[in-house]
Amino acid sequence: MEMTMHLRLNPILCDGYGQCAELLPGLVELDEWGYPIVPRRALDRRLEPAARRAVKMCPRLALSLERAA
Amino acid sequence: MSAVAAFRVDPRAPRLLAAGLHGPLPRFLRRRELDGLMAEIEAAGLTGRGGAGFPTAVKLAAVARAGGAVVVANGTEGEPASWKDKVLLSMNPHLVVDGAVTAAALVGASEIVFAVGRANRTVRKHLERALDERSDADVDVFVESVPDRFVAGEASALVNRLNGGPSKPTIQRPSVRGVHGRPTLVQNVETLANVALIARYGAGWFRERGTPEEPGTVLVTVLGAVRSPGVVEVELGTPIHDVIQRAGGLAALPQALLVGGYFGAWVRARDALELPLTNAGLAPLGVSLGARTIVVLPQDACGLGESVRVARYLARESAGQCGPCVFGLPAMADALERLDVDRIHRLVPLVAGRGACSHPDGAARFVASAVEVFADEIERHRRGRCRSTNHEPVLPLGASGEWR
Repeated sequence: MEMTMHLRLNPILCDGYGQCAELLPGLVELDEWGYPIVPRRALDRRLEPAARRAVKMCPRLALSLERAA
Repeated sequence: MSAVAAFRVDPRAPRLLAAGLHGPLPRFLRRRELDGLMAEIEAAGLTGRGGAGFPTAVKLAAVARAGGAVVVANGTEGEPASWKDKVLLSMNPHLVVDGAVTAAALVGASEIVFAVGRANRTVRKHLERALDERSDADVDVFVESVPDRFVAGEASALVNRLNGGPSKPTIQRPSVRGVHGRPTLVQNVETLANVALIARYGAGWFRERGTPEEPGTVLVTVLGAVRSPGVVEVELGTPIHDVIQRAGGLAALPQALLVGGYFGAWVRARDALELPLTNAGLAPLGVSLGARTIVVLPQDACGLGESVRVARYLARESAGQCGPCVFGLPAMADALERLDVDRIHRLVPLVAGRGACSHPDGAARFVASAVEVFADEIERHRRGRCRSTNHEPVLPLGASGEWR
């Protein structure tokens, strides 16, 4: 089975800085209160570098990339 | 005929609430006996009685594999419309302790923590008296009173509090990293009482009640327009109408039922009364048993007003950690009060599934069901009228106390 990557958000840590939505346009959107809506589906391979950047840039370290079978 | 035999043949006789009838707990000392009991629990098809309904055998096996576990008997019952765990702990504390001791043996735990709500000093007293009456070797037993918050009994929130933090959920899985950082079995007290019954009588006996898919008996809190509100024990699959009969029957014409507590949903009385009390039976209405509470809303009460009160309460009870819950729950309560149905339909998917725990999901489900079931009432309010002639609140709210 091929391993896929998932972008995961820790909603307790997230304070809605919104940088993830800027770094991942079209993937992460902000709700009306400024909190990111992170899709549950597997991450498109082509978006992995941008996702890694978003994980590193989150001021609350609330994002992570997780491997799932 | 022995007492136990008599109680087997009467389908209405209680199991969980039958105090002093079950005799001593068999000792499971050898590995083989414990494996046999684990197989019985699996064969019995016991599921968690706290609300989520997860298969108990699977949970036990996961914690047992991890090793060095702690058992938490969860009697916190932060749901204001639920009394079944408090009643069970008061009427039959020994059965709960039996179950906790048995679960500890099954998962190899040397420590059991009984957690109860802080306000319920009587429940704690009954439990402590029972613990004083017995000596369970090989296991250290503690009783902890936790804050009276709606989410305090959520497994990770409970573990967080027992580790010295606030009664707020975390993203840690207790089965992996729980009390003292050790794998922790958090099990509702009614589930544990059922473990104690299966340990005595086996899976075949357990399955004599209930349906093949949802076996056993359950404790149900019946409130609202019934003659004797309180906790009844019924077998799964009992028609809702009969459950209400067990609570003395209807005290007024019913308008709607709230099934499953404040994480549950409103249903129209005429749609629900004939349905069996099982998850499968209620599925056509999009409802599950949840906290196993049934509140009967009488014809002369305002379902909209009741729902706004509970929506506000659930917003107050947010742990305040996750943005969509902090902002979404008050927004839903506001929209419901302003009769803005379109906004509620937009908010529900924006709130559900976006917290660390299922608090926002439960609140969203509750509000969504209110909009559907009380559509006529909302229309009436738009025209400045309300059906209610009786402004006595029907749904009880909690106190919203401390977090620590």
